[in-house]
Amino acid sequence: MTKGHQQVDHNIDIAPGDEHLEGGGISQRVLGYLIGLGLAILLTATSFFIAGTDLFWQPSIPVALVVLAIAQMGVHLVFFLHITAGADNTNNILALAFGVLIVMLVIGGSLWIMANLNHNMMPMDQLMQIQR
Amino acid sequence: MLGKLNWSAIPIDQPIPMITSAVVALAILGILAWVVVKGHMPYLWEEWITSVDHKRIGVMYILLAAVMLLRGFADAIMMRGQQAVAFHSQGYLPPEHFNQIFSAHGTIMIFFVAMPFVIGLMNLVVPLQLGVRDVAFPTLNSVGFWLTATGALLVNISLVIGEFARTGWLPYPPLSELTYSPGVGVDYYLWSLEISGVGTLVAGINLVTTVLKLRTRGMTLLRMPMFCWTTLASNLLIVAAFPILTATLAMLILDRYFGFHFFTNEAGGNMMMFMNLIWAWGHPEVYILILPAFGVFSEVVSTFSGKPLFGYRSMVLATMAICVISFMVWLHHFFTMGAGPDVNAIFGIASMIIAVPTGVKIYNWLFTMYGGRVRFATPMLWSIGFMVTFIIGGLTGVLVAVPPADFLLHNSLFLVAHFHNVIIGGVLFGAFAGYTYWFPKAFGFRLHEGFGKAAFWFWLIGFYVAFMPLYAVGMLGMTRRMQHYDVPEWRPWLMLAAFGAVLILIGIVFQILQLVVSIRHRDELCDRTGDPWHGRSLEWATASPPPVFNFAIPPDVRGEGAYWAMKTHAQRQDLEKHEPEYEDIEMPRNSPTGFVCAFFATVMGFALIWHIWWMVAAGLVGAFATFVAFAWRDHDEYVIPAAEVARIDRANLAERRALLGAAGSS
Repeated sequence: MTKGHQQVDHNIDIAPGDEHLEGGGISQRVLGYLIGLGLAILLTATSFFIAGTDLFWQPSIPVALVVLAIAQMGVHLVFFLHITAGADNTNNILALAFGVLIVMLVIGGSLWIMANLNHNMMPMDQLMQIQR
Repeated sequence: MLGKLNWSAIPIDQPIPMITSAVVALAILGILAWVVVKGHMPYLWEEWITSVDHKRIGVMYILLAAVMLLRGFADAIMMRGQQAVAFHSQGYLPPEHFNQIFSAHGTIMIFFVAMPFVIGLMNLVVPLQLGVRDVAFPTLNSVGFWLTATGALLVNISLVIGEFARTGWLPYPPLSELTYSPGVGVDYYLWSLEISGVGTLVAGINLVTTVLKLRTRGMTLLRMPMFCWTTLASNLLIVAAFPILTATLAMLILDRYFGFHFFTNEAGGNMMMFMNLIWAWGHPEVYILILPAFGVFSEVVSTFSGKPLFGYRSMVLATMAICVISFMVWLHHFFTMGAGPDVNAIFGIASMIIAVPTGVKIYNWLFTMYGGRVRFATPMLWSIGFMVTFIIGGLTGVLVAVPPADFLLHNSLFLVAHFHNVIIGGVLFGAFAGYTYWFPKAFGFRLHEGFGKAAFWFWLIGFYVAFMPLYAVGMLGMTRRMQHYDVPEWRPWLMLAAFGAVLILIGIVFQILQLVVSIRHRDELCDRTGDPWHGRSLEWATASPPPVFNFAIPPDVRGEGAYWAMKTHAQRQDLEKHEPEYEDIEMPRNSPTGFVCAFFATVMGFALIWHIWWMVAAGLVGAFATFVAFAWRDHDEYVIPAAEVARIDRANLAERRALLGAAGSS
């Protein structure tokens, strides 16, 4: 935090998620990490529970796991990496957006390319017959 | 005890590598002996090897690139010679040796010539252009350089001990798997690139942070010189793409060392995934190389035309557009792999679209020159040579971006001609332009113009004579990497291409002569003002060579073309008369961390290649201990007192006032 930042009224100038950086002392910061840890454990435990249970309609399980995984990422970003909507977080947000874009392009593109390739490939038994 | 290593690893029966390595070893020993006898060793250790000064590290990067260029070119001229004579005969290079040469040529030229050259230029110039005292992480910078040097060293060790990969510059499985490449060649490739890849990644992180976080007062993003923008884009690509390379090669390492099946034929492996992943890194990589070159041309064209860059904002937009689109085109490297028409069409169209921002840049440079007073100094000659050559290379690129055309031209010499056309005509010409342009800034004297122009003309003409025939012979159906052939129509073209390589050799000789002559005549070529070209950006606002702290007072930027504005401002006000208030400056202390870390990394890499496990552990522990020792350092900065700063700065200001006075009165 810059000097100028601390002088202005805290109630106005703090972005959601930035509170623990201003004042509050170490106990409040530790509390933030503990909440994050609790949520992370909860989400992880739920994932393991859902993966092994037959309480739900089975085809919905992968979707539920994806949702829980995304929630997990959100918890990590907010509580551990301290991504906020604050003004001096622009670089972090942009870096995150760029990273997500590239990961989507590379992973999505790879899945699409490889699926298309497998689809176009002659079935293995026919291929074997050509070789004979 | 020594793993796979024994005396048979040294190729005593092959005269070419043995004689070469003997000559190189003698040269290295000779230089070392000279350094020790003359008592230069402490200077070399304290001022260069342990230096964390971004300027020194930049110079060392470029020196590494220059030395490796000689090695890579030696490989190139041997291949051209082989193909010129190997008509209906075996030529003078046996096939397994020829395969190593083309693999080493590509690997060295991309990873240890082009990459260090552009990273060196960015290191040297970007902090100066931003008006700051160093990069964001100075010691990390040194670590990055020395890890790159480790990779280069390992590749060159393979010449004497063992062998290099025979798989081409990208080790496609299944050929690169243990079944078909049981030797250590592919391991040399893998470990040298894993280690130097870490070096490149930290360099990328460092430069991104520097551009985003360390700018002098008033230097907003949209006031940055173009070279800083291309640096930002290029290093964002490094940060995003190099982990893909590291991960892909790590998977191949797991296949080769632990019997995994990522890319094998059987047990569920899929070798096509390697092509997919390696090009997901490989295509951004070519933009990592070319974007800084575009930045150099922007600076050079604007300076030597005496005009601000035309269409600055469109140039920024084009740069960032390339940065993102470069991640959407990688499939065009393997159109023929078997994807369907929909996939091929989309990647083909994306490949054509990425030519648009590049075209925008070409027009911007042309309009910058239009109506300007163009001075045809050597950097400007390289830039004009680039524009002509790169347009040809770009157009053949758009041609092979059409999937049906690519099916005919894939893996032919037409493709080889295309990518040499853009890499030599783009990246290398840009590197040479930047080298000539910023040399006086780094060393305080200019390079000799006559030899520089001679080198340029031999390189340019040599390039056309060497590579235009390859387009022709590719059209005649010749595939790449042929050790011998029996088609009479190809022969005249290949002999012409070999002659072109000789012309390029003469160009390189002129470049070496230029350096030697310039050093001998450094007093005549001296640049006392720090602004030899009448430049526009902040690197010219300080002395040549700049003091270790770059700027005595951090400059205050009020618009684009920061230094140009300062000069005109000072002229109007009859020069700045008031003495600035100097303050103490804190600078980072030199640190051997990078060198020691790289030493252990070299030991570890060599041991991993030869399966010497105790040595792997020793190297790993050593590298980690170096890092821990650095993390526990007590004091990492030293203070330059204000009086010393004032003394250094006054001398420079006096020269600068004399220059402005002369310009004002004329």
